[in-house]
Formats: sequence, C-alpha cells, structure tokens
Amino acid sequence: MKTLLKLNINGEDFDLAASPGAYLVDVIRETVGLTGTKKGCGIGDCGACTVLIDGRPTLSCLTLALACVGKEIVTIEGLSKGNELHPVQKAFIDKGAVQCGFCTPGMVLSAAALLRENDRPSRDEIKTALAGNLCRCTGYTKIVEAVEHAGQLISGEAHHG
Amino acid sequence: MAKREFDVIGSTVTRKDAPKKVKGEHEFADDLQFPMMLHGRIKRSDIAHSRILSIDTSKAQALPGVKAVLIGSETPIKYGIVPQMPTEYAIAHEKVRFHGEPVAAVAAVDPETAERALDLIEVVYEPLPVYTTPEEAMAEGAVKIHEDNKFPGNIAYEADQDFGDVEKAFADSHYVLEKTFKTSYVNHAFMEPHCAVSKFDTNGELFIWSTTQVPHYLHRHLSKVLQMEMDRIHVKVTGVGGAFGGKGEVSNNELISALLARKAGRPVKVLYSRREVFLQHRGRHPIQMRVKVGVDKEGMITAIDYDGTMDGGSYGGWGLVILFYTAAMLHLPYDVKNVRFRARRIFTNKPTCGAMRGLGGVQPRFALESLLDQIAIDLGMNPYDLKKKNAIGLKHETVSGQVVRHCEFRKCLDQATELSGYREKHGKLPFGKGIGLAGGYYISGTAYTLYMAYKPHSSALIRVDTEGGVTVYCGATDIGQGSDTVLGMMAAEKFGLPFETIHVVSGDTSLAPFDLGSFASRVTVAAGSAVCKAADNIIDKLLPVAAVQLGVRAEQLEAKRGMIRSVFEPGKEIAFWDVVSKYIDAHGPLTATGDYTPPRRTGKFKGANIGHSPTYGFSAQVTEVDVDLETGEVRVLRVTEAGDCGQPINPVSVEGQVEGSIMMGLGQALYEEVKVGRDGRLMNPSLHDYKIPTMADLPELNTTFVESYDPDSPYGAKEAGEGPIQPVIPAIFNAVYDAIGVRFTEMPITPERVLRALDEKKRQEGGTC
Repeated sequence: MKTLLKLNINGEDFDLAASPGAYLVDVIRETVGLTGTKKGCGIGDCGACTVLIDGRPTLSCLTLALACVGKEIVTIEGLSKGNELHPVQKAFIDKGAVQCGFCTPGMVLSAAALLRENDRPSRDEIKTALAGNLCRCTGYTKIVEAVEHAGQLISGEAHHG
Repeated sequence: MAKREFDVIGSTVTRKDAPKKVKGEHEFADDLQFPMMLHGRIKRSDIAHSRILSIDTSKAQALPGVKAVLIGSETPIKYGIVPQMPTEYAIAHEKVRFHGEPVAAVAAVDPETAERALDLIEVVYEPLPVYTTPEEAMAEGAVKIHEDNKFPGNIAYEADQDFGDVEKAFADSHYVLEKTFKTSYVNHAFMEPHCAVSKFDTNGELFIWSTTQVPHYLHRHLSKVLQMEMDRIHVKVTGVGGAFGGKGEVSNNELISALLARKAGRPVKVLYSRREVFLQHRGRHPIQMRVKVGVDKEGMITAIDYDGTMDGGSYGGWGLVILFYTAAMLHLPYDVKNVRFRARRIFTNKPTCGAMRGLGGVQPRFALESLLDQIAIDLGMNPYDLKKKNAIGLKHETVSGQVVRHCEFRKCLDQATELSGYREKHGKLPFGKGIGLAGGYYISGTAYTLYMAYKPHSSALIRVDTEGGVTVYCGATDIGQGSDTVLGMMAAEKFGLPFETIHVVSGDTSLAPFDLGSFASRVTVAAGSAVCKAADNIIDKLLPVAAVQLGVRAEQLEAKRGMIRSVFEPGKEIAFWDVVSKYIDAHGPLTATGDYTPPRRTGKFKGANIGHSPTYGFSAQVTEVDVDLETGEVRVLRVTEAGDCGQPINPVSVEGQVEGSIMMGLGQALYEEVKVGRDGRLMNPSLHDYKIPTMADLPELNTTFVESYDPDSPYGAKEAGEGPIQPVIPAIFNAVYDAIGVRFTEMPITPERVLRALDEKKRQEGGTC
C-alpha cells in the first residue's frame, strides 16, 4: 500500500506515491527518475548513494523516503546551476579524478558538503570526510587532489582549467 | 632517441565522459527503464554441493505479478569463456556446485514481487560432500564436482613445463632458497553491481544492454545459449562501473535476463545485489605454491622451480588460460635459463575464480620477488643490486620463447630506488619501519583468441564527413579506464585535429566493428593500432586531393594543426576540411577501416600459445611501511612507482591506472579476503565485512614514468593497467620484512598475524627484540 508524500528535491517539490518502507534512493531513482544517485550496495557500505539532506551528506539507501518530507534534498543533478558546474565538479574534471564514474556523484556531494564547512581542509581532513565513499578505480589520490583544488577554486585562490 | 613532437599524444585532455560523470549523467545499465519492463530475480541454492532432485515452481507461477519463471532444465546448454571446455549453465542444471548458485529465476512486475516468488519455489536437493579446499577436493575418494571431468581428483587442468636443465642448475648453484607461499581469495569489488537489460523487438531480435568488458564474447554466448543467429542479437555496452576482469566473462544475469525476456515477452532487467556480485565472483585464484630459486656466487639466478595448486572454485571460467599465464609469468622480468613449472587448477565448491587485474602474474610475482629479496639479504647484497643484475635488457627472448621487443625495466629499478632513497634506507631504518622493492611486468594484449579464429583482434572504421565530423567506430570497450579517450587522441593526432572534435563510438556489436574486448591490457596497443591504420588509410585518400590543389607531390604532405601542408615548403597548405569537402564532392563518402592482429608466436609444448604479447609493460616499486608493534597494524606510508608503459598517451589516465592498481594491491596485501564457511557459505559478502581500502588508508603515491617509446607500437605506447599491480604486494611484504624481520608468506598481513609473528620472534630470540 503506497502513501502520498511531497519531497523537495533540488529545489522542486515532487508529489509522489511510495510505500512507507521505500528507501530514498529507490524513490529518487525509480519514481522521480533522477538516476545520477547510484546504488552500489544497498546497505550503507559504499557511499555511492550519497545525497545531501539539509546540507548533510546522507546515505539514501538507509534513509526512508517518508523521513525526508519537509527537508531539502540535493542530488548530483541539483549541485550544478544548469550548465555551470560546481567547483568540486570542475576540480574532479581538471584533476583527472574520474574513471568509471560510478562513485563520482556520491564522492562529489560528500566533498561539496565538506568544503561548505571548511574550504581549506588538510589532506587528513579530506581523507576522513570522504572515507565513507568507496572507489576502486582511482586509488583516491586524484580525488584528494581534486578536493584540495576545489577548495582553492571556492576560496578564489585558483582558477578552473 | 629522437625527440618526438606531438600535439595531442602525451597531453592531458579532458575526457569527454568526465563532465557527464560528475553530473551523474553517464548512463549505467541499472539507469535504464523501458515500458513494460520486468524485474528478474534469481533463486540461489542454500547448499554448496548437491544433486537437484526436483524443483516446484507452481506456487511462484501463481503469484500475481509474476510473468515468467525459469529453471535449469529449460536452458541445458553448457557454455564457457573457453569454448572448447564449457562447464557452466545459465541456471544450475541437475546439480549445484556452490552455495548460492542460481537454481531458478523469476521475472515479475517489480523486484518485491519477484523476491516473494523466489521464496515460493521449492527445491529438493540430495546433498553431496562439500569441498572448500583443493586438499579436500583432491583427496582419494572425493566425489567429482564435474562428472564428465576426465582428470581424477577434481583436477580441472594440469600444466607441466620444463626449460633448460633445472636439476643440474640447482646442483651447480651457490645458494638455493625454497619457500611455500599462499595467496588469498579476493574479489574485484568494483562499485557497480552487474546489471543487464534484455528486450526482444517485435521481429524477434534481441537487444541487450549490459555492463560488460567483453561485448563480443557475450554476443557469442547469447547465440549459443539462446540458440539464435548472431545477427539477430545486438549487444550494447552501457557505462561500466568498474570491472577489473570481473565483467570479463559472461555473467549469469546476462543470460538469465535474455531468457526471461524471451519467455515473458517483455523487457527484463536483472540487477545483482552486492552479495550476488561476490557469488558471481571470478576473482583472483588462491594459490598454494612451493617455489625454489637458485643463484650463483654473483647473485645471478640459475634456476626456478615452481609447484602450485590453484583453487579454481566450481566452474572453468578463464581458469585454463590463467593456469598457463601463471607459467608464462613466472620469471620475467629477469633472465632465467632453467625453469620448471608444475601446476594444477582444482575444482572446489566455491564461487568460481577467474580473471582479475594482472591475472597470472600477481601470485608468482609475490613468491619470486619475496624470494629474491630474501636471497639478496642472505647473501649480504642489496636487493636492488641482485634484481638489477638479473633484469632483462632492451630486447629479450625467454627460455619459453616469449619475445620482448622493448623493455626499460632497468630504468624502472633505477628510477624507483633513486627517487625513494631505497639503497640508503634499506636495512637501516629503525625497528618497525621498513622499505621494500619489487619489480613486475605485464602483457599488452594476447597473441591468440580463445576460439582460434583468424579474424583480426581489433578493427576500426573511421568516417570523416563535412557535416557529421570525424567518427571513430571501434568495438573496444571503455570500462572506465578511458580507452575511448585514448583512441580519440590517436585519431586526433593522426588527422591534426583537436581531440574535442573526434567522436568515438564503441562497445556496440551492431554499430562498431569487431574487437575482442577490454582485458589483458590489450586495448591501447591493439585497438589503437587498428584506429591508427584506419586513420592512415583516410589520410592516404586525402593527400592526393590536397596535392592537386597545392601543386605538390602527395608524399610531401602531412596533416597537422587543422591543415594539410607540405613538409618541405612552408605556406603550401590547405585546410583539412576543405580537402575532405573536395574528396567527398568527387568520390562520395570518406571512410576507411583498419585492423590489427598481433604477431603469432608459439612453441612445441602444452600452453605454448599463452604468454605471447606484441609488447610488454614493466614497473618497479619501492614501498615504505610502518608496523605498529602494539597493535600489529601495517601502514603503508609511501609508494614510489617507476613505470615503463612506453609513451603515455594520456598521462593523467595512466597515473590513474597506476594509483588504482597500487590501492587494489594494497588491499590484497593487508586486508582483503573472502571467507568461506565449512558448508561453502560466504561469510563476508558485503563491502562492510570484505574490507577494501578507503581514502583513509591512502599513502603518499609517487607515480613516475621512465623515458620509454616502443617504436613498433601505436605512438610508442604499451600497457599500464595491469603491470603496476604486479610489484605492489611483494614490495609491501619486503618492506614488512625490512621493518620487523619477519618473512610473511601468506596474505593478507593482518594485525593478528603480525602480533603472532612478533611473539614468535620474541620467543625464538629469547625476548631480546
């Protein structure tokens, strides 16, 4: 039996029907159709399904959709302003931090949340903040470099390109 | 070597997929939705070895929302990636060989209904003894896991190779060291679970979207298992969320999605859970190997003797090929004249082992590089000196007849040790801190295909059109490593056009010409050669047209920076696109093909086809570790890699391959192991319990390349995706030995093992350590 709920995703309200036990990741992907949020394990181990809820990186595979009513949900599709990429997205491109791209949306959102709190994180702070986002392709090095670079882009110390 | 000037090769271009990936726009198989699409789920055995006496699906079929139910007797055609030795079924037929094997499948309107239906399927089993180790499976009287297996003792295949006179060489040796090593059962742990979507159109043609490294092998298997003509099957590779060999053979979900789609008459998606990824497995073979190395007074290797038992798991997979690769990869990058290899691959009741990054090389390198390290130390030599002395030169032919046409391994040893200060630090760091060196190499593609056809291994078609631009069609598969970018860069360099203007269409059996797939580090050399040849053929058509326009001879022209221009007379030039336009006006469409077949070399011994490659990549690594003497934890502090990958086409992508390889090897060395219960059940099939490195484990990685250019490769390039994982594990083990004086021979080096070893050491040394 489905219930009706209103979710605010990327600044837009969606009137949806979902079962009370439905997880946010499935509602975002299947019902709303925003497939940028990835599902790598379904049980909160890999971080690929990370979205921002009221600005905090959250595992959408462990979060009930119903629990998100009245909150601001940002998925990877909502991070950029149209074609204008977020500095973290630019930095991931510039630093070669993207390989298969499956962990990338969650990784980018975790990094964006970190930099909103602290745009000059140390390498150790980056590693701690993003340790919940697994990546098997890159060996993480270029991701750390990208997050540092993004911090510089945000604080105006570096330019994209 | 003359300095080579390139406009695109060696530069860092923006991968065209990167902007899409950072926005989550890159499409993976599970992102696809079709009208009327059903969800397939697989019922898996809860027993590891048994006969299937009966399956009752009637209750499942009666459940509202269930549209098709499938069992093994409906798909009794055996297949295997090695076509001469098929062992597998899409769904277990008559027998179950591992805990979690598919025994039935359901397609339903939603995943929940499909899962409910699985619970309603009743299977009656007749249990058989379960063998979770090769010793049990080989024991006298053991039941055959595959009844038609011609070998006794559940041996899947055996290898037996002898080169030189090993016994005499050992007798003449100054020093001989022998140890037994054990490697672990590890999974690729790529981030994207397997997913396939199958759809039959009204004409009965099959379209399948899947996350695969090998669309053409999938194509062949679908044709065999579904009994359909190949030209009625269209395989489309979606985004591939990591693979590392784990998507390098056909996966049950692909066949099951197609079979269910045919039966239900509707599109069917079959997505694996993470547990199912571990059950599909195809990870690295655990090997127990006794290895013996002899050296003369100078430290020159006299002989190597290897005896290994590979735990293959329940099915054949790539096993036969990997067995012989292990033989082929035993002694390079060192010059050894006397080599003996005895090995066997054993069937056990576990998920099947297969191809995983650096297959064939990782286990023997672990043993060899550990032994050479110990031999050098025992002889009072620096391990660098011993390895350098034995390293092969620029060109080499092994005792088994493998021809290395280009090798800069000595430079790798020099550069890695110099940059890291290895010679100054080794043996001199305080207790608990250590530094280790190891070398390795890998093939850049294979000389033979599995089905022994004469069809070129790679082919490409290029279309140049004044309206559509330049499009490269090639069957190569971009699995995240960036092969589309590499192929596009090569075409851009050939045509003298910006990389951004080149379109690459790949991974589609209907659109792109044949390519074997992304495995064996073959794409840059093989598909790259095909693309370069096709581009040369396009240019050959354009130059005479330009020559007429410019009043010069065609042979004097080159395509560079958007122009076709005279090499000798500056200013005699015409825009590339003007020439294309004139060509098309006069001759019609401008297209050309290119193809590549590697040199075929073989020998007169069993397995002689395997190990030959057009060219080989090399690397050396120095790793620094800190062993916590209280907790037993090994932390890798720094890895310095010096790689010979020829000319890096896209250096940032190559660095990414190296860094990914190092972290994957680090995981196997220190953390990772799939644990199997006595009943064959997997104990840790999740990314929580199966621990891959996280960002918190990241050491400082110093990735460098040595000056290298293979003149016979496309733009001098060689492999970079699998060579760099070869030295990772032994470099860590050697560093741990340097740190605490314990020679570990079994992976992973867990804190428990370290503490136990330190206690043991303390006891032996009378508490003085």
